[in-house]
Amino acid sequence: MLFAFDWTQLAQQTVIGLSSGGTWALLALAIVLIYRSTGVINFAQGEMAMFSVFIAWSLVHHGLTYWAAFFLTIAISIAGAIAVERVVIRPVEQAPVLTVVIVTLGLLFVVDGAARWFWSPETRTLPNAFSTSPITIAGVAFSWQDLGNIAVSLGLVVLLWGLFRFTKLGLALRAAAVNPDESRLLGIRVSWMLALGWGLAAGLGAVSGMLTAPALASFDQNLMQPVLLYAFAGAVLGGIESPLGAVAGSLLLGVFVNLVGTYVGWIGTDLRLPVALAVILGVLLVRPAGLFGKVSARRV
Amino acid sequence: MRRALGMSLWVAMVSAGLAVFLFLPHFVSDFHSRDLAQAGAFFIAIIGLDLLTGYTGQISLGHGALMAIGGYTTAALIVHEHWRDVWTIPLAGIAAGIVGFVVGLPALRLSGLYLALATFALAVAMPSLIKKFSGLTGGSQGLQFLESSPSQVTGLSGKVTVLGHTMTQNHFLYYLTWSIGIVGLGVAWLVVRGRGGRTFRSVRDSEIAAVSSGVNLAWTKTFAFALSGVYAGVAGALYAIQNEIVNPLSFTVSISILLLVGAVVGGLGSLSGLVLGALFVEYLPTLSTNVSTREGVPDFIYGAAIIVVMILLPTGAGGLLRRLARPLTTWLYTRP
Amino acid sequence: MPRSSLLELEDVEARYGQMRALHGVSLEVGEGELVAVLGPNGAGKTTTLRAVSGTVRRSGKIAFAGKSIARRSPEAVARLGIAHVPEGRGTLSELTVAENLRLGAYTRRDRAAVREDTGRVLAHFPWLGERSDQRAGTLSGGEQQMLALARALMLRPRLVLLDEPSLGLAPKVVAEIFRIVRELNERDGLTVLVVEQNANLALDSSSRAYVLEAGRVALEGTSAELRRNESVRRSYLGY
Repeated sequence: MLFAFDWTQLAQQTVIGLSSGGTWALLALAIVLIYRSTGVINFAQGEMAMFSVFIAWSLVHHGLTYWAAFFLTIAISIAGAIAVERVVIRPVEQAPVLTVVIVTLGLLFVVDGAARWFWSPETRTLPNAFSTSPITIAGVAFSWQDLGNIAVSLGLVVLLWGLFRFTKLGLALRAAAVNPDESRLLGIRVSWMLALGWGLAAGLGAVSGMLTAPALASFDQNLMQPVLLYAFAGAVLGGIESPLGAVAGSLLLGVFVNLVGTYVGWIGTDLRLPVALAVILGVLLVRPAGLFGKVSARRV
Repeated sequence: MRRALGMSLWVAMVSAGLAVFLFLPHFVSDFHSRDLAQAGAFFIAIIGLDLLTGYTGQISLGHGALMAIGGYTTAALIVHEHWRDVWTIPLAGIAAGIVGFVVGLPALRLSGLYLALATFALAVAMPSLIKKFSGLTGGSQGLQFLESSPSQVTGLSGKVTVLGHTMTQNHFLYYLTWSIGIVGLGVAWLVVRGRGGRTFRSVRDSEIAAVSSGVNLAWTKTFAFALSGVYAGVAGALYAIQNEIVNPLSFTVSISILLLVGAVVGGLGSLSGLVLGALFVEYLPTLSTNVSTREGVPDFIYGAAIIVVMILLPTGAGGLLRRLARPLTTWLYTRP
Repeated sequence: MPRSSLLELEDVEARYGQMRALHGVSLEVGEGELVAVLGPNGAGKTTTLRAVSGTVRRSGKIAFAGKSIARRSPEAVARLGIAHVPEGRGTLSELTVAENLRLGAYTRRDRAAVREDTGRVLAHFPWLGERSDQRAGTLSGGEQQMLALARALMLRPRLVLLDEPSLGLAPKVVAEIFRIVRELNERDGLTVLVVEQNANLALDSSSRAYVLEAGRVALEGTSAELRRNESVRRSYLGY
């Protein structure tokens, strides 16, 4: 029956989808940031974000409030990632892409191993950043947490957009990514800009993780693996060269995956990852540049 | 004169390799020869990956998933259809070859990192796909060979008699795996030498140049993927037979990553160093566990080892070997 | 001979990988001079500029305002006040005109003076103001060349290295660019080392010039002297 269709449920599920899509968007943005500046996909991005979540967990357990831990973790993550870039990525800056990719894969093991080493493998919880009580808007009940996640994600995107659009540092980051040789002639320390890009990406990943963890009943070191895949899918959907595309793509994907999971019984919750895979393959086949990317001629 | 010397040197090296292959199990413990057998399975998968990544330049981070196809084909045939394990291997190869072909189709439009991403996604999504089709795959429990009859499963039989020789099951698995590996290496060598290799490499170096010199790009790329899939499938089948079980955790993303690392360490685009890549993949986790068994430490060491190797040897051990051997080969092949 | 010398190269060599591009080049640029470097393709003109800015591997003596810069990175050289406008313009293609100009002053901290300079630069290139929100990559070749020059001025440079500003541009545009360069040199005392294929134009604008051949200085002198030189006339001026 058509009239029995539950619009309330659709609205709720859409918001839930936007909420998870927002957290994926931040990680997708991190991937795009590094891809644009170095032409490399950082496969360790998800694990680095997971590590950040564990730092946040430790801080909270030492008595900090969620928000204090939140900002401190971002700072630590940025500094840590800059250090990692200097030590691990810089030596292979001039190496072929495959070499750098493998280094990021090695980093994936290192970060994952370190997290299992420093923090025992039991499951943990992170306090909720927002009230868990529902809020009713126009007769539909939403959770504060979902709305808060969307707000933080989009707020961060706007902040980052402002950084890249209006500050000299942001302009230098963009210039170093696209025209490294010319940027050097202007006195921009390109190599450091790449490191800073790693730092920003890790900061974004940290926020993504710290929003993801409280939404789960509990988490362990595998927390960010699915998020990374969704972020990949979102970035590919929006066009991996386009930051705003990656955000839009992730939000779309969040809503899509959640609605498909809700309304297509056969898929449910356990086939969400393959849905993301299907999105990646589908987009790459039909429109490799993504929804918002520029279709460029292939390089010879 | 020097040429003859070069030939005899080559013959000597090949015979030395064969001698190591034949006698190695007798110098190590029986248990250890199973580790070596597993290294053989990785060796086969890495040959396939090298054909794909090293020769045609298509990066695959999803070879673990192709191994899973092979492993599950073998397991399903043994458990559901009661086949003898050894006879499932060709079918496992064919099944993974078909899947490789199918994966190769989208790969036609993807290059470089996009393909790495797509195949990575395949590797990550594989376990949940396996769990979904639990009727065939046994879900998260997987398929165990324990309940099958010993006549079907080598691992349960204790002793194996081949051509009048009786040997332990572990020795049998070793010889089986590495014999297939040597044949696989030979086939790969036949494929990449001469015309086939030139076609493959031209696709890697410049697609447009390859097409304009008459190479059928679509055919070459999908063929490489299918062939690579056959290798992965055979490797997965052997891996399953050696472990007597498959479950969604048998073929994780880690294996996919490790295989690529192994191929790079072995030296992409050459076949000579791949044994080293296989040994790296097999023994790195073990060695890391030897340092400390504390949770997480092995992974940490192992990742660090990968990074250090990449920084120090960006062309892999194969590249290093070639660099070391260059003075010798130059001397041998230039006229005085 | 130059007044007090600002840039001094002595026996500079440079190489790309195994290939040597400069075999001992010595030249000098005085404060406030406009010096041209001429020569055929592959003579090492561009490489000479790159040796100064540090974008090629080089050895030998390179001194700027008395300080050795032979070991400095491109970033560090730029910070000393040397603006290199590379061949092919080198605009930051993804950024807008205004953003390009802003990054020209990337290393400067004196905000008020930067604002002042923006005004002066826009006086030289009034159209840049109207196009400030256009992406640099979408400008025409001549416009990009002028933007690159304008951006170089934003550094408030002590020396501008100008590489083949005429490359691929219509004669009218080239004449306009050289008019501006000359004006900057004569009116504002800007020191310029310009590499140019078009010898006529280069000798008209400059006070002194060097002729490079096969990675070495083959001839040097005042522009007027070189104009009269038989071999320069035959090889580069075409009469």
